[in-house]
Amino acid sequence: MRIGRTAEQVWELVGDPTRISEWFDGIESATVEGSTRTVLTASGMSMPETIVTNDSLQRRFQYRIGTALFREHLSTIDVFDLGDGTSLVSYAADADPAVMALVIAGAAGASLRHLREILEGEG
Amino acid sequence: MGRKILLVTTDQQRYDTLGVNGGVIARTPVVDGLASQGFRYERAVPQSVVCMPSRSTILTGQHPSTHGVWMNGVPLPLDAPSVAALLRENGYRTALIGKAHFEPFLDPFTRFTENALAATGTVPSGGEHRGFEHLELATHGSAGQLHYARWLRANHPEAAAMFYPALDADLEVNSAGGGETGAPQVHVNHVPRGWYHTDWVADHTIAWLDSLRSGDDWFAWMSFPDPHHPWDPPQSEMSRVDWRQVPLPVGYPVDRSEREAILDAKPRHWKMWYEGRLVSNFEAPPKWVPATLTTDQVREVNARNAVECELIDEAVGRVMDAIAARGWEHDVDVIFTTDHGEFQGDFGLLFKGPYHVESLMRLPLIWRPALSSRPTPGVVSTPVGLVDLAPTIASIAGIDRAGWMQGSVLAKPSETTHEGVLTEWDSELYGVDVHLRTVSTSEWVCTAYKPGTLYDGSEGELYNLAEDPLQRVNLWDDPARRADRDDLLSLLGELRPPERRPRLDLEAPV
Repeated sequence: MRIGRTAEQVWELVGDPTRISEWFDGIESATVEGSTRTVLTASGMSMPETIVTNDSLQRRFQYRIGTALFREHLSTIDVFDLGDGTSLVSYAADADPAVMALVIAGAAGASLRHLREILEGEG
Repeated sequence: MGRKILLVTTDQQRYDTLGVNGGVIARTPVVDGLASQGFRYERAVPQSVVCMPSRSTILTGQHPSTHGVWMNGVPLPLDAPSVAALLRENGYRTALIGKAHFEPFLDPFTRFTENALAATGTVPSGGEHRGFEHLELATHGSAGQLHYARWLRANHPEAAAMFYPALDADLEVNSAGGGETGAPQVHVNHVPRGWYHTDWVADHTIAWLDSLRSGDDWFAWMSFPDPHHPWDPPQSEMSRVDWRQVPLPVGYPVDRSEREAILDAKPRHWKMWYEGRLVSNFEAPPKWVPATLTTDQVREVNARNAVECELIDEAVGRVMDAIAARGWEHDVDVIFTTDHGEFQGDFGLLFKGPYHVESLMRLPLIWRPALSSRPTPGVVSTPVGLVDLAPTIASIAGIDRAGWMQGSVLAKPSETTHEGVLTEWDSELYGVDVHLRTVSTSEWVCTAYKPGTLYDGSEGELYNLAEDPLQRVNLWDDPARRADRDDLLSLLGELRPPERRPRLDLEAPV
């Protein structure tokens, strides 16, 4: 997703694990303790996650969801500087069962559109 | 005061499951009776053979290319047109009770209104969703976030585990077999009949109708999840049909070599699926191999399907009785149909997929106009489409056909219908993409294959319905039929609808 804001501006929001509820559809809130993030979904489900990477130099954020829905999961968000005042945000999901990768990627796609609306709407 | 409208849909029901359409297994006197008072359509064709695109066509009156739901898992945009919204704007009370499926079911973040609504009630925030002021939703079992599943778990928690788990541990369509033959998606369900979703849908439709004032105009979409798999009707009802006595479908080639020769003559994904070498779509169990299907399994699936059809028929009867009790029996138009068909043994297959033959594309469709309009009963034998439902519903309500609608008001007997009706298929799953465009005419079913993983765009299927009603002989490459094929491809081009751009994202498998 190309966003008309600098990588620094995008990373300010994406790189803060407590602010995921501002842009990821269906997440109501998030709390972080050490490397554990716990998100509360719109259905009231509490979903624990492990933060694997939060690298502000590479602008890479990786996390694993740790619920019974997944045998394995890793999502990776990268923010790339395009050098012209815009940025490219990539969201990749790997999961077992593979079906859940489709579900996560679907939610992420909609959420990246939401992220762009939020950031570009900030003027 | 206008005419009231009851739209009854089922899920994945074949044309020949109704007695009035020649069905010999299920007894369907209620729907047969509606047909005897109104119009019965012998060639009702869906615009997609899977749920979400087809249901979106019913609601929007548009083809999948236009409303944008190109495969299951693509949510219908919230700004898509809706005939329910049109009716509501014109003073109608509106409800959808049962299976909606305009939005994906697999939704762990509860992003979609259909999945979120049951936690808060039956009235969406803002007062409506897609034009419906009241929604009570259900799907095929006890899992998930919809109203029926929550109701069952809250009121009869012991029943939740009685249903077949539609998905397996990999969250793919379950291939586990059961019943007496081990057929896939067959399961002995000891849920009491009154707790089963078919009666629940009817009960809640009746309750909503009872909440209305007698002078209200209303549009109720009563949407049964059956007879879609899993085939797990209440076991208490299974004595209605002895599966051992069920005749094999005429479309089921009993002899294996004959069956495989028929499949060999079709484009290659037919045989690849049959042999378990290809999974092209999410709608059939990927771990099940159709070549393993036995004649007894075909009989048991068809028996269970028939029981589900009988329960639906009786549920429709209860709703019709409730309508009569309100004094509305002469003022209600009833439309009965489904979203797409089911193989049920044809070609040695079950379920559905990118296979554009009448097993999946010939649907039951009955329109019983309000008796106050004094309809002359009859039969329409030429093709119509589900895309025609929205303009028909608007017409019943006395509303002009909206510009966004692509169909026409359903033809009455002796009226002219379309020259051809379009059905589309697009799927992309796990690296396999398939794209079909089909035109159905009075005489032909012609499918052009667009380029994809398996095809280069030169392939196709052509069947002459008079000579080959079971669509076993593919005439696509027959030089003697080249002119017919060219004419049909030309018609297919003329029917091509405007495409929604950019293409919508796939957001879940189903």
